[in-house]
Amino acid sequence: MPAAITAENITKLYKRYAFKRQFLTFKSAILKGDLFKALKPEESFAALQNVSFSVEQGEALGIIGNNGSGKSTLLKIIAGITKPTYGKVITHGKISALIELGAGFHPEISGKENIFINGIMLGLSKKEIANKLDEIVRFAELEDFINAPVKTYSSGMFMRLGFSIAVNVNPDLLLIDEVLAVGDEAFGHKCIDKMMEFRRKKKTILLVTHSLPMVEKFCDRAIWLKNGKIQAIGNPKEVTDAYLMDIASQEEKASQQQQIHVLETVKASQETQPQISPEQDKLQPKRWGDRQAEIKEVIMADVNNNPKHVFSSGEPMKIIMKAVAYNKLNDYVFGIGIINSEGITCYGTNTNIEEYEPLEWEGFATIECFIPELNLIEGTYFLDVAVHKQSGYPFDYHHNLYSFKVRSRIKDVGIARLPHEWRFPNNIFKK
Amino acid sequence: MKENLLNLFKHRQLLQTLVVRELKARYRGSILGFFWSFANPLLLLIIYTIVFNYILAQRDPNTNPYSLFLFCGILPWTWFSSSLLQATNSIIDGGILIKKIIFPAEVLPFVSVISNMIHFLLGLPILFIFMIYYMKGLTWNFFYFPIFVLIQLIFTLGLALMLSSLSVHFRDIKDLIANILTLWFFCTPIIYPFSFQVIESSRYFKYILKINPMTYFMLGYQKAFFYGTSPSLKHTIIISIGSIIVFWIGYFIFDRLRDTFVEEV
Repeated sequence: MPAAITAENITKLYKRYAFKRQFLTFKSAILKGDLFKALKPEESFAALQNVSFSVEQGEALGIIGNNGSGKSTLLKIIAGITKPTYGKVITHGKISALIELGAGFHPEISGKENIFINGIMLGLSKKEIANKLDEIVRFAELEDFINAPVKTYSSGMFMRLGFSIAVNVNPDLLLIDEVLAVGDEAFGHKCIDKMMEFRRKKKTILLVTHSLPMVEKFCDRAIWLKNGKIQAIGNPKEVTDAYLMDIASQEEKASQQQQIHVLETVKASQETQPQISPEQDKLQPKRWGDRQAEIKEVIMADVNNNPKHVFSSGEPMKIIMKAVAYNKLNDYVFGIGIINSEGITCYGTNTNIEEYEPLEWEGFATIECFIPELNLIEGTYFLDVAVHKQSGYPFDYHHNLYSFKVRSRIKDVGIARLPHEWRFPNNIFKK
Repeated sequence: MKENLLNLFKHRQLLQTLVVRELKARYRGSILGFFWSFANPLLLLIIYTIVFNYILAQRDPNTNPYSLFLFCGILPWTWFSSSLLQATNSIIDGGILIKKIIFPAEVLPFVSVISNMIHFLLGLPILFIFMIYYMKGLTWNFFYFPIFVLIQLIFTLGLALMLSSLSVHFRDIKDLIANILTLWFFCTPIIYPFSFQVIESSRYFKYILKINPMTYFMLGYQKAFFYGTSPSLKHTIIISIGSIIVFWIGYFIFDRLRDTFVEEV
């Protein structure tokens, strides 16, 4: 049995917009039928570079990657909508590409007439469509509206009809580009059921999606594309994990950059406006206090003191404050607060609440707050740190100056994750 | 290229469906609906008749009754010019189809030309009514006209393929073509006969008319519908061969540019 899809060294170059060159290449375009060989490398952009893979019949392959990584281009090349600049693709079987649902619907004419037109565009014959008409209408849940012009449809109805036609084409090879996010929850389930049905019928499926759980649940293999190159291919769990780790490290970098930016901005605004009242804009980064004692540096880190801005839920976190007291102090309190993106304090504590007696302090000191398990839900958080008197009189208060992200595989809700475990004495669940 | 032409035959059902869609959608929501296919040429005819009977009344006696003479030329010309105007934009307007689904691009200019041909054919009964009313042109030579419809179809398709594919790269064509068609209209014996005295007296005008392929189409229609004489065999053969060459060149250009549409549209 031949492979359903064989892609060999696919490279797709896109022309960067250069109007003058267009005229020079035009003659060659007509005579040689090739618009790209005449372009210099700096005038083209590679959306895909040497991509090779093959898909067996009946296999489901997930394609993941950031925006602009070449996923959709790859799908279009496999569908035959556009041709690769170099390399070749061989496919076996009838293809249905769900790239744009309802493309070619005419708003002025009825849903029913549009089913025929769209069906024919997708390669069905009139007779086949007539046989499937009822099923298409029923699946799209449009029984009452099918004779109304498509322009009167809501966007959900429009998409549902498009999806319903596309899946009823009965292809051997189904290419799906992020279209499962169609319609309401109930229709979403129907779509997934339909996909499962295709799986059972041993159809080949290519799925471009940002939904990683979908890839893990649904696909036999996955490809991770990064900047037009295959970064990883294989077991979906391994590929999605590698992808997530890459995202985390990118976010880490971005957070560091942002941190530096925030600190610089606050420093600059300190010089212009020395006194800012704490009541102003709760979410604005601020710093205030008389600076008899000063927090010079704040580091969020892992157990080995490596700075870190993106944590997995449940990971340990260490908050390190490097502070200096310019005079001898006897009355001081260090505190921290973790605030979520809605401005709600998830947790706050200080050395006074927890009954640590201040001794005498002058000069440099390091204060560490170790959180063995950061039980927060996924999201972006701000860290407040402060040193003040027991009365609350501030020496140095850093509000919203530091932020970190929490990533979690489990999409639970609330403010914090309470440590818990499920028990089923009657074994009515399995994991 | 041969393979793609065969493909086109395979897509005839798609072509047919899209032409029907085009026709249906065109008059959907208008009160007169399909009647506009008759009303449009009729209104145009009334305007031209008023202008050339009363305002610019200098006329050749060969063209009486003038309304009928005018009608013979205006109907096929409207088909020709609307087809080209619409076809020029067809690929750009159909961008979503080319970019998002597996779609044979040449169907789009074909739909423009064929849907306008149907409007042309729907206008013919009105022409016949005029012919009966004036008792003019009712001879067996009438039945030569389908030959010219067929040759004009091939000629228009060739130009439509050329313009639709080139306008993807040169959007200027869209604006240019409207003006070229106006000029072309006046360089074609539609509102005046080929034997018009002003034309006869100027060597240049005569030359322009002679090299203009549309002249021979118009002469063909005028002979069939108006003068009731048989068409010139020589001219018919020349425009047949010429139209096939134009179609071939048009298709060649289209085929060469086809792969660039997805990125340029």
